[in-house]
Amino acid sequence: MILTDLTQIKETELASRKKIVLRCCMAAGCMSSDAKGVKQQLDKAVADAGLQNEVEVRGVGCMKLCCEGPLVAVEPQNALYVKVTAENAPLIIAGIKGGKIEVPQTDPNSPFFAKQTSIVLANSGVIDPERIEGYIAADGYQALHEVLHEMTPKDVVEVMVKSGLRGRGGAGFPTGLKWGTVAKSPGAKKYVVCNADEGDPGAFMDRSVLESDPHSVLEGMAIAAYAVGADQGFIYVRAEYPLAISRLQIAIKQAKQMGLLGAGIFESPFNFNIDLRIGAGAFVCGEETALMSSVEGKRGTPRPRPPFPAESGLFGCPTLLNNVETFANVPAIYRKGAEWFAGIGTEKSKGTKVFALAGKIKNTGLIEVPMGTPLRTIVEEMGGGAPDGGTIKAVQTGGPSGGCIPSQHLDTPVDYESLGKLGSIMGSGGMIVMDQTTNMVEIARFFMEFCMDESCGKCIPCRAGTVQMHHILDKIVNRKATARDLAKLEELCDMVRNTSLCGLGQTAPNPTMSTLRFFRNEYEALLQSDPFGPQCNGELKNGTIAAS
Amino acid sequence: MLPALSGKKEKNAARVLKHASGDKRFKILEVHMKKHQFRQDALIEILHKAQELFGYLEDDLLLFVSVKLKLPPSRVYGVATFYHFFQLKPQGQHACVVCMGTACYVKGADKIIDAITDKHKIRPGETTADNKLSLLTARCIGACGIAPAVVYDGTVTPRATPESALQQINQWMQK
Repeated sequence: MILTDLTQIKETELASRKKIVLRCCMAAGCMSSDAKGVKQQLDKAVADAGLQNEVEVRGVGCMKLCCEGPLVAVEPQNALYVKVTAENAPLIIAGIKGGKIEVPQTDPNSPFFAKQTSIVLANSGVIDPERIEGYIAADGYQALHEVLHEMTPKDVVEVMVKSGLRGRGGAGFPTGLKWGTVAKSPGAKKYVVCNADEGDPGAFMDRSVLESDPHSVLEGMAIAAYAVGADQGFIYVRAEYPLAISRLQIAIKQAKQMGLLGAGIFESPFNFNIDLRIGAGAFVCGEETALMSSVEGKRGTPRPRPPFPAESGLFGCPTLLNNVETFANVPAIYRKGAEWFAGIGTEKSKGTKVFALAGKIKNTGLIEVPMGTPLRTIVEEMGGGAPDGGTIKAVQTGGPSGGCIPSQHLDTPVDYESLGKLGSIMGSGGMIVMDQTTNMVEIARFFMEFCMDESCGKCIPCRAGTVQMHHILDKIVNRKATARDLAKLEELCDMVRNTSLCGLGQTAPNPTMSTLRFFRNEYEALLQSDPFGPQCNGELKNGTIAAS
Repeated sequence: MLPALSGKKEKNAARVLKHASGDKRFKILEVHMKKHQFRQDALIEILHKAQELFGYLEDDLLLFVSVKLKLPPSRVYGVATFYHFFQLKPQGQHACVVCMGTACYVKGADKIIDAITDKHKIRPGETTADNKLSLLTARCIGACGIAPAVVYDGTVTPRATPESALQQINQWMQK
């Protein structure tokens, strides 16, 4: 494979495009609403009408507006049909030559779509994720070619530093710095690992990227491997995402057949292979050291750092570990330049971020917006606010490690720093909207139960602390707690946060602490009077129990 | 696990291998291990395959894996119990998995579980006495856009309600 082969494939693919393209969403959300049946009926209707030479029915990845699925888009008419069923799908074909189509539509220029800036999701819902030709036609693998032939690994790292990309897994560590550290680490064998263990309940960005555009992740990993000097990559995917796994397997096979993975990529001395590792349901495996332990076939327990994975990671070798979305950003950065990327977003948070909008909101689905977009724009304009005349009470970001942002702070720009100031985190991108009917103490208990179940049990603060905190929260919800319990809860939050071994424990108190900060009245309304007097601290003063 | 391990180590290995020789599925599993060159770091992949073949991971199966990969049984058992995905007990004929991700929870997934628990007297993780139905919960299946999601025997269903869940289960129970 050389560059002319690549352009050849691209041109053939573009030339074979038909006049009318029907894009049919085949991501997991729409598949559960019978998207497969819709596509079969569309194919059949095209064949029946004898339009095979004019109309292409293309199964594509996520088309973002998941709540209205299955979605079918028609080009070049620019129509977007929603809630299509196998029964009414043929009507779309019948009406394609003009005439009214009695299938519900939505406006593809509504704020939900118009306010998005697509970098990671540029190909999502456009190309067929199961065909590498589609990705190549969208300029895929060109960045890899350029990197391999025109740049030294050092240049590659420098471009990444300049782009200002930060890790999309949640913590926001500068990606360029990470690449540089791994590149400098001595060692003949190095690994690149992609963290696709999207454990945050309520987040599905990584799943959508893998299902919609798997090749962008493979290309991103190959560029990263060249930069750091690795020849073996692993993608660690959750077993809960069977469709993402099968599309990745197809993508890896196709890339190998075309010589875009394997030995001597693009006729350069660079070799790179990618293997899949399937997770088995453990939230803690999102933590980097735990993930590597799981890739090695062991229990997914974290270990103290240093040594950081950049020095001693998988099988004791220097390892670069990035999130799916981070890798998916990489090809675009090298294709369009670091300056272009750095021009999007805010001063400290560059580029875009994909969010999975869900919960009590009208438009649920995937959105990609520039960093620094106010939360209000996301939930009210794009999301359409709470359904059924409700009011938005809070927005939860960062899952079990994040916090709840109350409605009075909706004007906060979404970037790493601003969310951190409010006691939440950017997280991987789950955004759950809650309305006035949501009980915040129950939400805190829900997340604590999650952390309690998912604690790996290695360090005591997390293993025992989460159980105790859950116990107190349960007591509060059942109206059996007193002010003393609340004080104890706050003390425990502080202790677990400061003494746990890994990120799971350190951030487990976040949902509780942030709801305590903004919705303390809800906790206090559930408290019972203390049998030893109001707000008693239990200390004896002058022979009587003192009230403080 | 304990009863399976009592007795001498060599004897155990011999017994398990003898047991395995009469079952085709062990052969398939061994081929799969060979594909991974009997590498010890492929343990999780092999357990996935084993569960796919057998439905759940029984003691002898874990011992077989431990013998073949030359790993201590404690390590195999430790990994199998650590991850939620691996089942160590046989499951019912039908599985109803209720997603308990945040989006599903906010939209009332807990009410679906309560309804099933009330009607069929099983809590999440349990199987009915007639072995027809297992009720399970998932941490998040990533179908948040169509919450609450319930998976009936591998088929994801969007926007479930307690009524729709009970109706589906009723169909199973009547068969």
